[in-house]
This record gives sequence, structure tokens and C-alpha cells, in this order.
Amino acid sequence: MLHTLAVLVENNPGVLIRVAGLFTRRGYNIDSLTVCQTEDTELSRMTIVVNGDDQIIEQVRNQLSKLVVVHSVSDLTGESAVDRELALIRIQVSAETRSAVLQTVDIFRGRVVDMGRTNITVELTGDIPKIDAFVHAIQPYGLLELVRTGKVAILRSEA
Amino acid sequence: MSEEKAGIKGATILLNALQQEGVDVIFGYPGGVLLPLYDALLDSPIRHVLGRHEQGIVFAADGYSRVTGKVGVCLGTSGPGATNLVTGIANAFLDSIPLVVLTGQVSTGSIGSDSFQEVDIIGITMPITKHSYLVKDPRELPRIVKEAFYIARTGRPGPVLIDLPKDVLAQENVVPFSNEMKLKGYKVFGQANNGKIEEVAKVLSESRKPVLYAGGGVVTAGAEDVLRLFADKTAVPVVTTLMGIGSLPLEHPNSLGMVGMHGTVTANYAVDDCDLLIAVGVRFDDRVTSGMGHRFATKAKVVHIDIDPVEISKVVKTEIQIVGDARQVLAEILEALPGFANPDVTDWWNQLRDWREKNTIQYDKDRLTPPMVMECLGEIAGGDTIVTTDVGQHQMWAAQYYPTVNPRNYATSSGLGVMGYGLPAAIGAQIARPKDKVVLITGDGSFQMSIQELGTIAQNKLPVKIILLNNGVLGMVRQMQKMFYNERYSQIELQGNPDFVKVAEAYGIRGISVNSADQVRGALEEAFKHPGPVLVDITISEHENVLPMVPPGKDITEMIVR
Ligand SMILES: Cc1ncc(C[n+]2csc(CCOP(=O)(O)OP(=O)(O)O)c2C)c(N)n1
Ligand SMILES: [Mg+2]
Repeated sequence: MLHTLAVLVENNPGVLIRVAGLFTRRGYNIDSLTVCQTEDTELSRMTIVVNGDDQIIEQVRNQLSKLVVVHSVSDLTGESAVDRELALIRIQVSAETRSAVLQTVDIFRGRVVDMGRTNITVELTGDIPKIDAFVHAIQPYGLLELVRTGKVAILRSEA
Repeated sequence: MSEEKAGIKGATILLNALQQEGVDVIFGYPGGVLLPLYDALLDSPIRHVLGRHEQGIVFAADGYSRVTGKVGVCLGTSGPGATNLVTGIANAFLDSIPLVVLTGQVSTGSIGSDSFQEVDIIGITMPITKHSYLVKDPRELPRIVKEAFYIARTGRPGPVLIDLPKDVLAQENVVPFSNEMKLKGYKVFGQANNGKIEEVAKVLSESRKPVLYAGGGVVTAGAEDVLRLFADKTAVPVVTTLMGIGSLPLEHPNSLGMVGMHGTVTANYAVDDCDLLIAVGVRFDDRVTSGMGHRFATKAKVVHIDIDPVEISKVVKTEIQIVGDARQVLAEILEALPGFANPDVTDWWNQLRDWREKNTIQYDKDRLTPPMVMECLGEIAGGDTIVTTDVGQHQMWAAQYYPTVNPRNYATSSGLGVMGYGLPAAIGAQIARPKDKVVLITGDGSFQMSIQELGTIAQNKLPVKIILLNNGVLGMVRQMQKMFYNERYSQIELQGNPDFVKVAEAYGIRGISVNSADQVRGALEEAFKHPGPVLVDITISEHENVLPMVPPGKDITEMIVR
């Protein structure tokens, strides 16, 4: 099962390699990894999507917590968290397909951010299944290029 | 005149910070980038012991640490000095030994340019250090040094590396920052979980076949006295790992000896048959479990007590997990015991005694055999002697037959199993505890991996007694080839062996050679009577095997016994 881990780390050079090295060394699989600044200038936040059963995830969390540069690890999997990914997608269009493509973009609440004679570039935000579904839907028209940020996630506020 | 405080040199700040941490000795080897530091060292009260190879100095720092519980400190220059330390860092990492490893580095401006003697030692050692620092500003040295020692010795101990660029050491007029630690991300587990303590006390009182399995964590935590009390109160039998040697003396009635690949028959049967296994400060290493966690202690409820949460349920599924310091947790369990009945272990002990009687290995005391040498050595050396070993058959014979070992008196390379460890470890131990007797049990292969350190022994006049079990072969490899490769011996003969007595003598060290059983006692007595270092070269047969032995891939009850 895929788990989304939010990892607060020191904002220092060398931190990424410590975290990434741990994953390779212990044979854990990273599905995606993002690093960004946080509200605290001394800390960065990594959002790591990792595949594994409960025991593996427990090991990953413990191993991460053990790193001196890691301040906290939380599992943002499931109902209690909101997660999003941003994708930029370049799609082939022709006179015949243009309106159908634009309609699909609309349905998925995407935005056209660039337009050429034979292709358009769409920005899409959503959870991972939504982006997967969009990619699937426009595939027949010609998917030219796909860039995804990897997932970011945050805990829902307690009602 | 300005009121400004005149600053000091980077290297001096480092040495002052080390002194603040209570460092009395550094095991080191100089080189180009360390010149500013070696210069400053002349004005520092800290003692420096010059080894003969950087691998030797890191092993010496490790030996120093094992026999004192303090953090060992070693120092090597950039490039080759640093890479020569790598094996010793790995050794300390796998056995959870606290070290602060100082390495020289090229000047900050040259880092990354492949300059002379530059290696990325932080990158190279990342998987085998608990943490590491590259110092970019000498003003940060007091904080970094303090953090490094704190990290090295707390929680599950381990090696911490500080990489020191030459310009950082050489900078003059530095006014250091405060040494206040900034370790928000570092967690130490100490407090036991109370509900679980009661639970352990309860399952223990209900158990009929309990076993306590003690490892290096017991020694690290200094929990031997509590363990002994626990054993006395509950009558629970105790098995130890190689790292756990000394946690309960072999002579203690509850001791079943070592468990695992070369463990005693009784210990292995007991672990296999027990209904409750209390594992303290152990990590279910494959030298104990045969690499088959799922077939280990299958009839037992497993209680796992360890300071490192990562170890819990890593290898063996456990019922009760307690993350905490072994001493503290054992003490809390002891306190909880009076609320519960003692377990009824009468039948269990009858069974254990029966196993023990049937499986005590008999050997001929008049023949020159490894067990005979070990027992005679133990008798002559006495209980308070520090023992260090190398790696091979002799290491296992020492573990099986050397009789009395007090806590913190045993240094052996367990997790890494690195040949060449013993002699430098003995050096570190003797320097740490100059008044105590130190004996090295080594083999002819291992000894030659660190033989140059005889120079360190001679230079520092260290009265280490070197007991060389000389079988002329890489005995442990030979044994495997004999047992599992149809006696097809490949590359195990050490035909070019020197006359070790003459080698010792060349360093000004007394050498005694032993070729028959009747010479053993006299030679050992002479060695311990002599005030200086002595090498006793004991010729043994290459046909001796370490038994019992669990063959690879077999359950721990499927031992080869003869
Ligand atoms: C650095 C290193 N290289 C290789 C080995 C593999 N190895 C384990 S025991 C052994 C033989 C040791 O020979 P010796 O020191 O003579 O001890 P003996 O087994 O003969 O008592 C070897 C080669 C090792 N443990 N460490
Ligand atoms: Mg040998």
C-alpha cells in the first residue's frame, strides 16, 4: 500500500542525501519525493510516498526518525489528510480534436497555460487518481509530455 | 587599547572543546592538512598515541571505549588517512561503540575540486556513522564537538565523524560561538513504558520455560548487576550473545553460555524450546538466528527490550516491545516482580540440567588443544583481566572456553567480524586502564593484519600479553571448507608465516614459543610475571574445529557436535 509521509528535516545541505541514501540502503521503494520550504526557515518538509506493508512503513518511519537531521515523521495516509499533486501536460491537438480536448480539460477543471498550433499545455491540480484519470482521458488525442510534481499533503484541521 | 577579546586558533578551539568533553587521549596519525592541529597539540594536555596505521588507531579508540564506556577518539589525515579509518568506523557502527572520529580535510575553498588527498569521507561513511559534520566555520567547533560526543554516547551509541578542513584548523584569532547544542531532531529513548512492565512481570510469572537472552545492550547500559539480581530472584536461565559476554559470568548458576552459531547445545535447545524469551539489548543477529527469524524461538512469547526502536520486530515478531535503556527497564521489571508469583521453573531446570550433562564437551587436558589453553589462560590471568580477540576460530574458542569475564572486560569484533582488530584494541584497552592486565587472543592470520602495531606497543611500553594460537592456516575458513566443501582447501595455508617470536623480539618484545601441552602453563605464568609485553606463540593443530556449530541454513538445534 502507498503511504504518504511528511518528514520535517533540517534545512541544510546534505540532508536530502541522508534521507535518500537510507531508502536505497534499506531497500525501500520511493514512489515520489518532494522537498519544499516551510513556515520555519530552519526546516524543510519532505513529502515521501513510499510503498510497503504496515511493518515496512513502521520500519521506514523509525529509520527516518533515527536520522539526527529529521525532526518529525508523520503518516498522512487516509482520510485525515488532504493531498494534492500538480501536473503540466502537453497534448497534441488538431482542428478536429481541439474542442474535445478543451472540453475534457474543462471537465477536470484544468487550465490551459500555453497554446501552440499543434499542441496545448494544461495545468491540472488534484489528488493522484484525478490526475491519472485525466491522463487516461486525453491519451487517445496524443500525450506529448507529462510533468508531475509528486504528491504534497497536509493534515486536515480538526473540525 | 581595544577591549576586544583576542581570539584563538581553530585547532586550539577544537582541542579545548575535546578537553571539555573529558578527552584524555587521542589515537592518531598526522598528515599535511593536520599540521595546524598537530602543532596546537604540542601545547595541549591531551595525550596523543601514535599508531602505525589508521585502521589501528580507530580500533584502538574502539578498544578504549569498550573497556571504559567512554567515547573513544581517533584522528586521521585527509584522503588516505580518512579512507584507512573506514573499516574501523564500520566495526564501531555494527557493534554500537561510541567514537568521535576526526578527519582532516582539504581547505574549504578546494573541496570538490579533486585536490591532493581529497576524498568525500562524509559521503563514504554516511551508511556507517550515526551522524557526521563538515566544519565550515571554526566558530562552530565548540557546538559541533559537544553535539558529536552527545550523539555518540547517548541512545544506541555509535561513531560520529567530524571532517576538519585545513583552513578551519589554521584560522587565527577566532572568537568561538557558544557550545549550546541545537539537536531538535535527535531523540533518546530512556523511560520505559509502564503498562508494559507489568505485562512482562505477568507473562514471566505465568511462564514455565522462560529464557533471558542478553546482548551488547546490557553491557552498554551497565545493567550487569541488575541482570544478576533478576536471574537470582527469578531463577530464569540466561543465554548471551558474543557482544553480551560478561553480562552474566559463565560461572553463575543461571548461565547457559553463548547462544547461536557456535553457542552451547543447552543454550540453543533452551531458546528453541522456551515458552517465553526475554530479549534484552539484542538485535536477533543472523549469527544467533541462523538468518531465519521466522524459525527462531517459535514456541515462545517474545519480549523485546531495546533502546533502538528500529530493532523492534525487525527480525523476529515480538509480543511485547519496550523501547528503553536495558538497565532502567530491567530495574523496573524487578520492581514490579513482587506483585506476581515467581515462575515455576523446576521442571525446566531439570530439563536444562539434563541437556547440559549430556552435552558437556569433554576434552583431554593433557593434549595441547585450544580449550585447554583457554582454561589455563583464564586461570593464570585471573578474573579481572581484560580480554581482546581477533577473528576466526580462536575468537570462538575464547568465547566458549575463556572462563571468567567481568563486565567491560571483553573486546571482540562481533558485527563486522574484522580480522586485525585484536592487537590495536588491546592497545586502546591498556592505555585506557594502565593498571589492569590486558590479554590478546589472536590467530596467525589476524595478527598479521595489524602486526605493525607491535611498534605502538613497544613505543608506549604497553604490557599487553599476546596469546597467538598459531595453526598455520586461516582456520575458520579451513573449517568451512572441510565441513561444507568436501575438504577442497583453497587459499588457507599461511606458508610464509614469519617466526613470530623473532618478530616480537625485533620490536624489543619478549617472545616465548610453545609446542607441547606441558609447556603451556609455564609459558603463560612467565608471560604474566614479566612486567612488559610478551608474545606467546602457541603451535596448535590445523585440524582443530570449533564445535558445536550450526551449519548455514539450519535451525539452531541442528548442531554439529563432533
Ligand atoms: C578483514 C577480514 N578478512 C577476511 C575475513 C574472513 N575470515 C574470517 S576468519 C578468517 C581466518 C582467520 O585466520 P586466523 O586469524 O589465523 O584465525 P584462526 O581461524 O586460524 O584461528 C578469515 C579469512 C575476515 N573476517 N576479516
Ligand atoms: Mg590461524
